[in-house]
Amino acid sequence: MVVRYMELLNLDVIREYGGVLLQGLAITVALTLIVIAIALVLAIPVALIRMSPNFLLRTIGSIYVEVIRGTPLLLQLAYIYYVMPGFGLNLDPFAAAILGLSLNYTAYMSEVYRGGILAVPKHQWEAAATVGMTKTVAFYRIILPQALRIVTPTLGNYFISLFKDTALASVVTVQELTFTGQIISARSYQYFTIYTVTGILYLSVGYPAALFVRWLEKRVDSNYRTRRPK
Amino acid sequence: MIELIDIHKSFGPVEVLRGISLSISAGEVVCIVGPSGSGKSTLLRCINFLEQPTSGTILIDGEKAYYDVTGGVKKIRPEKDVARIRRKLGMVFQDFALFPHLTAIGNVIEGQIYGLGIPRTEALKRAVSMLERVGLGDHGSQYPAELSGGQKQRVAIARSLALSPKAMLFDEPTSALDPELVGEVLDVMKRLSGDGMTMVIVTHEMAFAREVADRVIFVDRGKIIEEGSPDVVLDHPEHERTKAFLARIRR
Repeated sequence: MVVRYMELLNLDVIREYGGVLLQGLAITVALTLIVIAIALVLAIPVALIRMSPNFLLRTIGSIYVEVIRGTPLLLQLAYIYYVMPGFGLNLDPFAAAILGLSLNYTAYMSEVYRGGILAVPKHQWEAAATVGMTKTVAFYRIILPQALRIVTPTLGNYFISLFKDTALASVVTVQELTFTGQIISARSYQYFTIYTVTGILYLSVGYPAALFVRWLEKRVDSNYRTRRPK
Repeated sequence: MIELIDIHKSFGPVEVLRGISLSISAGEVVCIVGPSGSGKSTLLRCINFLEQPTSGTILIDGEKAYYDVTGGVKKIRPEKDVARIRRKLGMVFQDFALFPHLTAIGNVIEGQIYGLGIPRTEALKRAVSMLERVGLGDHGSQYPAELSGGQKQRVAIARSLALSPKAMLFDEPTSALDPELVGEVLDVMKRLSGDGMTMVIVTHEMAFAREVADRVIFVDRGKIIEEGSPDVVLDHPEHERTKAFLARIRR
């Protein structure tokens, strides 16, 4: 059975389109890395805005997060690429995908950071205050380092899920891996071969990435019991 | 050194402190005792402004601290100003509140560098001598999770002392410790008082209070009921509520 299907894998097709698929994979990886870098950084100020004592700021933050969470990512991407030009915002497909995915992941990850920051005991703020720190200093030196340890596993999972969500960039015609696979298979009618190879390519990056995240979780121990410099 | 004038504090509709006035001179060791929920921790936390009094005046080192009242409206001073006065008061928490992501030495230098702005090398030198002072000279590279409760609390004391405070506040410093670890923390505190440190201690350790306190203050339901030397307040109390409290904890 397996052998029969293996015979269906058309090596000529792979030889012909393998390079294009690898290019698609490269774009997928690039999208993932750019978006995760943006979201990891921007989600922190968004989390702070959501906790701001200023009502207006807090409300703006909440509206942003709720709009993103309440609508499909697919629609958000389509909106940016097809609707925003009507308001004068013309973006090429790749830029539109970066913007859409970053807006989406920043919103979700800001909620993760917010939870992490709130999970640091109140006494940590107080202890920082009693050793003469202002709130800003206390946040960067005492609270954030502890919050980062708390959120690392969750953010790692978002990283893995972003890698796969980049496939949605195909709706704004970014030629990442999934879209490339769709185009080639439709042209060559070699659905089995193309989609199988596409899947293998995703897995060849996604699985090591998942292993990396697991390693990171172990290294960053939020119980502070494993790290001991010699 | 520390002066509180008619301090009131309410949490919503509940008035926790109902007009507390208290004056503590330099070098004095004052123990605050009383039933749980009496407001003694809140009182201590008002001194370094971790709790904001609803009304009343706080003087630290002769200076009006934290806020000004003009025309009945309380206006909190800028954060830098609050931090400057707060630094004069070391604070030791019941649950230690060490920074878990930093080593013992890291805990002791952190406030010096990022609170006081002392250069790193100088802060390290000071931190080493402070850890030695609390008997933990060999434990500098260990993380809080690797230390016992008594050791953690001693690191917390060193962390406060490193900022050269004019007074130290202790909020039930031994209440979270296993009984066999209480002694090592109390020993450090006794030595501190011997060195002439001004100390305000909320505690349930009556034997300790009797030994080191210059003055014991009994607080109940947000008011000072009785105060005086330990042998008066703890051994010959005048007030019924003090007697009842002492009888309860002796059991």
